[in-house]
Amino acid sequence: MDDITDLSYEEAYDQLEALVARMESGELPLEKSVALYERGQKLSAHCQALLEGAELKIKQVDEAGPVD
Amino acid sequence: MQTFSVSQITGYIHDLFDADTVLADVWVQGEVSNLTIARSGHWYFTIKDADAQLRCVMFRGAARRVRIDVGAGDEILVHGRVSVYEARGEYQLYAETIEAVGGLGDLHRQFEALKAKLDAEGLFDPARKQPIPAFPARLGVVTSPTAAAWHDIQNVLRRRFPLVEVVISPTLVQGAEAPRQIVMALERLNWRKDIDAIIIARGGGSLEDLWCFNDEGVARAVAESRIPVISGIGHEIDFTIVDFVADLRAPTPSAAAELATPNRDDLLLDLDRLRGGLAGLFSASLAQNARDLERLQSGLRFVTPVKMIAAAQRDVAEGRLRLERAAALKLERLRDRLASAAKALERASPEHILARGYALVTDESGGLIRRAAQVSKNQRLNVQLSKDRIRVRVDD
Repeated sequence: MDDITDLSYEEAYDQLEALVARMESGELPLEKSVALYERGQKLSAHCQALLEGAELKIKQVDEAGPVD
Repeated sequence: MQTFSVSQITGYIHDLFDADTVLADVWVQGEVSNLTIARSGHWYFTIKDADAQLRCVMFRGAARRVRIDVGAGDEILVHGRVSVYEARGEYQLYAETIEAVGGLGDLHRQFEALKAKLDAEGLFDPARKQPIPAFPARLGVVTSPTAAAWHDIQNVLRRRFPLVEVVISPTLVQGAEAPRQIVMALERLNWRKDIDAIIIARGGGSLEDLWCFNDEGVARAVAESRIPVISGIGHEIDFTIVDFVADLRAPTPSAAAELATPNRDDLLLDLDRLRGGLAGLFSASLAQNARDLERLQSGLRFVTPVKMIAAAQRDVAEGRLRLERAAALKLERLRDRLASAAKALERASPEHILARGYALVTDESGGLIRRAAQVSKNQRLNVQLSKDRIRVRVDD
């Protein structure tokens, strides 16, 4: 589950929403429920860290032609 | 043949002029000549071009509102209505306003003309508007890096959504060179594949200052941008053509930065809500699983040997109780029978019989005499009575 650290805010947030919706949708076996809960905790911690730790990055557009 | 008086035909011509909608509201450009200002304060002058001239009158009230210097030879724009001055049999322009060419009034007209043209082409159509992404990863900003607007935008982004990366595409935002630069700045951002939205911004200024955002080339570049464009130009009250073609119009540069991004505080609240939901659902799931387990366990207890043994033990205990009761009853009956047997036995004893008056006869050795043949003459016998005995001798 180390993939979480590479997620953008939007991706992590979308996953978190989907996960909560999944838990809402019905009875889950204990093991699944624990796994979802743990992943949800990590996703929300990741989102929070992104929001609280981010520093605005500023770049200047390339003067050259089209960028691939 | 009908004949008219001069007044009649002039009145008729006057009516024709006044019925015409074009003549009722016109802007006319020309060079000023023969300007005279009467003592009454009214202005009388002529405007002309190479091939024609037009008499004009501007009454005192309107003349007082003219903000530019007007002199012979000046190229001016006159706004008013064309009508007939019957006393002189002349038509003339009754001027309401006078503007310098390239001045405000001129700009207003160019603005309206371009707006009408682009509107007719469908460039303001809401269906053309691209949606602004909710969580932009990278924002392009078309503005001057030395302007206050650029600092306002950075401040807002830093406060609201510092996750975003900002790519500034620098340009002049004022002057004759600005339109060409703005178009280039938009193109540079559109060359890139990683820009989610573009803010095009400039701080407040006069209509002339903001004029480059009413440039047709700039308006078309904004309309054609592959990336959604948010405009934030001037103040709340300023509208430019770029505002109409942009995918989203913000009243100021700061507001454009706000519309381009979600608010961090809202997102943190939202995260809290999701986390709370997650925890609630998890504990609900735990409780559900615990209930399931309990139900299974109670089902199991129903079939366990412990239960059967307990039932058997209860049966045994009950059986023993019944057995003991039955045994006790039986014993009592036996005791009763024993008692009555003992009584019967007692009744049948020799003492009992002797007490009723019977006697027992024995010889001297104690042998019981049952028949007369057992005795001989003069033999001594014992007669045993209930309490004592008699010694007797046989006579014969």
